Amino acid sequence: MKILRINMGATGGPKVSDEPMGQYEGLGGRALTSAIVAKEVPPLCHPLGEDNKLVIAPGLLSGTPAAISGRISVGCKSPLTGGIKEANSGGQPSQVLAMLGYGAVVLEGKPKNDTLYKVFISKDGVKVTPDNSLRLLGNYALVEKMKKEYGEKVSCISIGQAGEMKMSAASIAFTDMELRPTRHAGRGGVGAVMGAKGVKVIVVSEAGTKARTPKNPEKFREANKIFAEGLKKHPVTGEGLPAYGTNVLTNVINEAGAYPTKNFMWGRFDTCQKISGETQAQTETSRGGLATHGCHSGCVIQCSGIFVDKDGHYVTKQPEYETVWALGGNCCIDDLDVIAQLDRLCDDIGLDTIEMGATIGVAMEAGLAKFGDGQASINLLKEVGKGSPIGRILGNGAAITGKVLGVERVPVVKGQALPAYDPRGIQGMGVTYATSTQGADHTAGYAVATNIMKVGGYLDPLKPEGQVELSRNLQIATAAIDATGMCLFIAFAVMDQPETFQALIDLLNAFYGLNLTADDVTALGKQILKTERDFNLRAGLTAKHDRLPDFFKKEALGPHNLTFMVKDEDLDKVFNW
Amino acid sequence: MKIELRLYASLGRYLPEKKEGNSCIAEVEPGTTIRELLLRFHIPPETRKVIFLNGIHAQGDEVLKDGDRVGAFPPVAGG
Repeated sequence: MKILRINMGATGGPKVSDEPMGQYEGLGGRALTSAIVAKEVPPLCHPLGEDNKLVIAPGLLSGTPAAISGRISVGCKSPLTGGIKEANSGGQPSQVLAMLGYGAVVLEGKPKNDTLYKVFISKDGVKVTPDNSLRLLGNYALVEKMKKEYGEKVSCISIGQAGEMKMSAASIAFTDMELRPTRHAGRGGVGAVMGAKGVKVIVVSEAGTKARTPKNPEKFREANKIFAEGLKKHPVTGEGLPAYGTNVLTNVINEAGAYPTKNFMWGRFDTCQKISGETQAQTETSRGGLATHGCHSGCVIQCSGIFVDKDGHYVTKQPEYETVWALGGNCCIDDLDVIAQLDRLCDDIGLDTIEMGATIGVAMEAGLAKFGDGQASINLLKEVGKGSPIGRILGNGAAITGKVLGVERVPVVKGQALPAYDPRGIQGMGVTYATSTQGADHTAGYAVATNIMKVGGYLDPLKPEGQVELSRNLQIATAAIDATGMCLFIAFAVMDQPETFQALIDLLNAFYGLNLTADDVTALGKQILKTERDFNLRAGLTAKHDRLPDFFKKEALGPHNLTFMVKDEDLDKVFNW
Repeated sequence: MKIELRLYASLGRYLPEKKEGNSCIAEVEPGTTIRELLLRFHIPPETRKVIFLNGIHAQGDEVLKDGDRVGAFPPVAGG
């Protein structure tokens, strides 16, 4: 594997160079993005300036025949949090980039002018071409244009208008198997960094590529078989996720009284049934869409789907739980068709759905629109795409919007919006939100599994005891999984089935010819977190930033009438191992 | 007395004809436990992973009170 570097600030135009993995040998995904950012990006640099780097890295097992190994990591210093960022996405580019032999693509430097570039990567090399005709295209129109130019055997990594306007909620889109820009490295404003580098799209061609070859093909095949069977036999990954998607959580979290409603004012949404995973799956199948669909080749869980309108026309991929919550319940919107339109707009403009839903919730509390007004939400998102003054404010996320509009109840940690689980009803999530290196991020240490779904054991979600240990262990395990290119959803099976966990380790060992043990995997997770924590500290993020907003400690959340009860001094112990 | 019963995901199939979304109102005798209530709806015990009583995790042997809300799920997760 090699690292592709594109210096966008080079004299005479972008300069491309390939280099061996060198000091980064053996790293992939989040382990690689965080290592490069921590080593090469000055922590005090401006996220949109010449010293920041955008690192796009497939996982260690991406591009191999390992099941569900096509996740990709995007790293940089985040314009939203001011700390290190790893935003993770599905889609096809991870498999293709890895098959082309790239461990990472690094965009660096600052363009001399505002020329917009497209990058084409194929087995024959890399071409960086100026193309100002792409300016301010949405992701959908952009991908259509790329298809005409490069054919259908490609996948795209791109930004919409939000990334070009360098908004802190801007995402980077990764096309799915149908070449639709529906998968996003959503969080932390990574799209703004790509925009600051002057790159609109990276097109990767799969022509002439083939799967990477394991060191020990026989052992690899055997491990892969056990691994895939483990995912198929676990009821969550084998039945629940394929049938209902992640949005099966709407009813679960609502029942638990931890569904943040009306900008985190209440823990239940009375009409959530209308936007639940059950209703969504039924709506999709009855209209001729799909309730079961994978985001990348090799996925065996298939948690996604295709959402179509009343006439059966494609609108967007099946919006995920966090999206349905953010743009739905959090804003008191209970109409799946409206939510699908909002999801499509976010994908097209290139915006993080969680950040935008939280932002619109804050804007609604400020009176900019009425809670429950779907059309008003659609209009607000369109303003973001246009880059009007109010759109620019909203596109920079909940923290900025709350400040501009004078709202106290702003659900962010390190400037990044909280997702769909209220930390007063699921105390373990509060620990993860507060202490994650990423800002508030449910995927960083998904305590919901053990607090609510009794996966990997059970810990009472309404009590503070034990939550620090739970979050710590999950954060370590997650960091390691994020290095492999495996979808995080494997964790549900891996936590409950020792043989599936062993199969994951065997996959790595058979592919690379290693002798890793479970302890080595834990050590990798710890190393990643340590690297990220160290960057954040040097960037000025201290223990004082490892806190939830004040209102979570002061305002009790119904129906359980609890505040967030984990003590500050205990939050400071999360990384003491 | 009346209990609000909510059956989610694949357990929805055990709801009676007369239902609203994923919930129905069940009439039970005083002294009935959650386990007895779920058996009355022919829900195989191995299919339900998580039970909530008024939003709090329940074991199944809790005795129901008038107006209680019971929610049951098969093994599901997401994120």
